[in-house]
Amino acid sequence: MVEIENLTVRFGGVTPIDGISVVFDSGTCGLIGPNGAGKTTFFNVMSGFVKPAGGTITAFGENLLKMADFRRARWGLRRTFQTEMAIEQLSVFDNVAMIHEHSGAKRATRRPDVLSAIEFVGLKASPKAKVGGLGARERRLVEIARAVVGKPRLVLLDEPAAGLPDEETGHLGEVIQRIPDQFGALVILVDHDMSLVSACCQTTAVIDFGRLIASGLTADVLRDEHVMRAYLGTEAEVVPEEEAER
Amino acid sequence: MNRGLLIRGGVILVLLVLVLVAVPELFGSDWIFTFTSVAIYAVAAAGFGILYGRVGMISLGQVALLSIGCWIGARLAYATSIPFPFLLIFTGAITMVIGVLVGLPALRLSGLYLALITLMFAGATTVVLSQIDFPNGGPGFTGRSATGALTTETPPVRRPDWGTADSAYYRYVVIVAAILFLLALVHVAAKPGRAWASIRESEPAALAAGVNITLYKLWAFALASFMTGVAGCLLAAEIGVPRAITFQTQDSLTLAATALIGGIFSLWGALVAGIFNQLLPFLFQAQWGVNPNFLLVIFGAGLVQVLLTAPGGLIDQFPKDMANLGRLIARKVPVTRQAALGIGSILALILGIVFLITVSPLVGVIVVLLSPILAAYAVN
Repeated sequence: MVEIENLTVRFGGVTPIDGISVVFDSGTCGLIGPNGAGKTTFFNVMSGFVKPAGGTITAFGENLLKMADFRRARWGLRRTFQTEMAIEQLSVFDNVAMIHEHSGAKRATRRPDVLSAIEFVGLKASPKAKVGGLGARERRLVEIARAVVGKPRLVLLDEPAAGLPDEETGHLGEVIQRIPDQFGALVILVDHDMSLVSACCQTTAVIDFGRLIASGLTADVLRDEHVMRAYLGTEAEVVPEEEAER
Repeated sequence: MNRGLLIRGGVILVLLVLVLVAVPELFGSDWIFTFTSVAIYAVAAAGFGILYGRVGMISLGQVALLSIGCWIGARLAYATSIPFPFLLIFTGAITMVIGVLVGLPALRLSGLYLALITLMFAGATTVVLSQIDFPNGGPGFTGRSATGALTTETPPVRRPDWGTADSAYYRYVVIVAAILFLLALVHVAAKPGRAWASIRESEPAALAAGVNITLYKLWAFALASFMTGVAGCLLAAEIGVPRAITFQTQDSLTLAATALIGGIFSLWGALVAGIFNQLLPFLFQAQWGVNPNFLLVIFGAGLVQVLLTAPGGLIDQFPKDMANLGRLIARKVPVTRQAALGIGSILALILGIVFLITVSPLVGVIVVLLSPILAAYAVN
């Protein structure tokens, strides 16, 4: 369970995250919002790239903000980026193994752990293949394998399906759904593809202009009028029903 | 241990034995002296390759570090009587500390700014060395004798006991260089190499992966400067009486250029860089009677050629170009315009060098300059 309490981030006069309090309980949780809502900034706070102006993040009983950025991976934090960042120079195996060797997991388990992570995401390419020669879909899968290797506790996926065609997003969704059961990790998924979010996430939080505007069961949240307004346009006057009929 | 690795290791071992046994028998002493320098500068180029090719940090102060290693090696050799291998290790260790200090700005700066800072470091080193010059067995910290100018009585920096003759010392240097290359290989193939690759790809992603960026960046500087420091100590004993005038700031730039031309992602590329840096000037000056300054034109053109068409350097691109040329001649596969221009570009470079030597420098330079132009069209 990850509890975020009154989290605020300021960049000069801009407040990309404005006093958000939300709880991500278990399984796969969605985090959605229009462009510029503060989703990636939120992930950057979790990763330690951005220091918040105030608030706390308690992850499984521990104060995440007190940990040095590079130590959070050892603690069990994993993340992927909007633009895929698998390492081109290295093989698939080494890409996943390098996460494992900085995760604090035992060296003796590296080979089986890495191979099972690659198998888990259903990557057909050889583990020896250089990532530089792989296609977009396979690279995305390598990233997911990197995110689940070596005892992850909290997996942050930042638009993992960006740039993928629909049928491949389907497979990716299946893989993401299996992460909590297989690895016991809490997954927070940011994506603009609502079908992916609906398929993967039991609960979803919605933020807009740095504020939490809704959270709860995904199906309910997606029907929430504040959420629909946030996606269709800012707080424009909602036309009263009678007027609309006329 | 897989078979490919074993075969490659075997081939390298055979080549190494050939280089150790056959070369001193076949060549005269001035050649052997040059080959010794090739091995030393190949190590320095490998250091540049680790920093830029693996981690993505551009350092233009590698020859300055080499000269510092040379100074420290000479100073320790006069001050102590420790066995030569320890002399190498201590010199490497002290140079390593200096190299890490130079690398500290790299934690905050990258790209052009890091290049500028390291180049300024190279300039500062040249200035300081020109003031204090190299030790000649005198007293005090600088180790300069009071008489100032070097005399014939100046004892040269000592060499290892079983490597006093030029050919024996050549073998010694090749073995040490091979060990340093192995050290670099072990790093690149293991945890540090993967962490470096991750930093090079993206620093935020490396941080998220749990890589301690500060540690691994400084580690790269430490390894590169240790190797360069040891190479500097080897150089001190090779020259015997090193002088500040031997090391110029621009040498650091030339080394960076030749390292990029040779190929920064492989140690073979570093070897090619050593050959370009040391063997070509020797051939130009002593063998063919051409002003070696023409090499700067060739390096400049070669650098543009490589940066445009072959990020992996000649060691990566040359075999591909030759394979393309073979296909073109055999008319097996239709060669693309791009590949043809790439071949033309590299042939212009080679032919230019040949013309420079055989016909006239002017014709040679003109042909050499065709190389980057063709390369530019090959990219479109």
